[in-house]
Amino acid sequence: MDYNAVRQKIIDIIAEIAVDEDLSNIDDEVRLRDQLDLDSMDFLDIVMELKKRYKIEVPQEDYPKLATMKSCIEYLGPKLS
Amino acid sequence: MSHHNHTRVVITGVGLTAPNGNNLKEFREALLSQKSGITEMEVRYMGRLAVGNCNFDEEIYQKKKMRRRGTRAGSISIYCAHEALKDSGLSLESIDKERTGIYLGITEHGNVETENEIYELHQNSLDVSLWSHHHNPRTVANTPAGEVSLNLGITGPAYTIGAACAAGNIGIIHGMQMLQLGEVDLALAGGVSECTGTFGIFAGFKSQGALGSHQDPTKACRPLDVSRNGIVVAEGGAIFVLERLKDAEKRGAKIYGEIAGYHVNSDAVDFVLPDTQRQIQCMTTALKKAQMTPQDVDIVNLHATGTVSGDENECEAVRAVFAESDNTYINCTKGFIGHAMGAAGALELAGNLPSFADNKIHSCKYIENVDPKCALKNLVNGDPVEKEVNVILNNSFGMLGINSVLIVKKYSGK
Repeated sequence: MDYNAVRQKIIDIIAEIAVDEDLSNIDDEVRLRDQLDLDSMDFLDIVMELKKRYKIEVPQEDYPKLATMKSCIEYLGPKLS
Repeated sequence: MSHHNHTRVVITGVGLTAPNGNNLKEFREALLSQKSGITEMEVRYMGRLAVGNCNFDEEIYQKKKMRRRGTRAGSISIYCAHEALKDSGLSLESIDKERTGIYLGITEHGNVETENEIYELHQNSLDVSLWSHHHNPRTVANTPAGEVSLNLGITGPAYTIGAACAAGNIGIIHGMQMLQLGEVDLALAGGVSECTGTFGIFAGFKSQGALGSHQDPTKACRPLDVSRNGIVVAEGGAIFVLERLKDAEKRGAKIYGEIAGYHVNSDAVDFVLPDTQRQIQCMTTALKKAQMTPQDVDIVNLHATGTVSGDENECEAVRAVFAESDNTYINCTKGFIGHAMGAAGALELAGNLPSFADNKIHSCKYIENVDPKCALKNLVNGDPVEKEVNVILNNSFGMLGINSVLIVKKYSGK
């Protein structure tokens, strides 16, 4: 799955959780929490949604790999393929 | 007010949502003009049922994300709290948030959220690892009050009071007591219900033979009518701003009324069936605390849910206390909005409060054939009664035999 396809899947999940946010200008290199109003409960929601939709388990030690959009794509890309 | 405590407490703001109005003005107009808020909706597993749902805008005072994270009861409470503060002339900037208390009566909390999770669990083939981490914060019993605290940044005490369908009155009584004790300087107090989101409450009443129905949903709840057949489940909320009289006078607040008396007691006889003698005792003790006689009361607002035995019991109790009083008129509210459970007492008081200013007593939802067992002197049935109103007595009773009576009087400036 190419970079943009993975990115779109992640955006779709965030859109369902961060419902008040504008997601059209996300900088892939900047921490998501520094550009969106996301807290720890939202991250748990994202992890839960990955499990529900794609059966991807994200162990707690891997949570830092979901920090930026780029790191999300690098981490989740192979699991989504 | 009572012989124990002379600190007078007054109502200086009202915020509400009911099935037939999203503020006091709308609600009052609906009650005066016989406008029902009862409709029909599809209830999970049960089909179409009569229901009292509110239609306020959840997003005026709350972000979508926080609505998704929280509960309907929280959302109703947030709406009512903002509206009440605005109505009182106070602002979030002007109040001492540490000295403000939030006290909300609830019949139950957590059924809606738990049912939804279990429904999802079945959709997810009983995979418990997909159970939401939101489950616990959504279902702890203080959630509706806690959501108000989070939303408004109020750091004083915020909790709920579980008292079945007597809870709306008891939220107000508790708020008054905390002001009298000096625990807080401002109380946001009332009751809230999200009950229409849980099929279990509908199903429970149905199994009990106490779920109201009619081809025309606006006639499904028929308190005191000979053909009444049960309760219509409703949601809603009413939150009052309460202040000590001297604080309200000092800031020149608009004063809706003064809490003059109250009582809370228990039947101690049955899980669901009411007890006439304890209801009589609850009303007479409240009158005694208010240093009033039945003759002083202009309006008695019945609890009257529309069940066969509940209405009959309450009418017997009211007759016993008020039979000799020519001054007392009787009305009830649930025919218009259904039974808003934990919000009922608070909403029904709110619906009558404007009587101090407009000197009108709203009618019951028109009763076609009054049950002879429920025939009460001065029952308001049809057009509103025009009459000077100085005292309102509000009944709210609940399962497990809890009774609450609240007496509010017109503030006369002395």
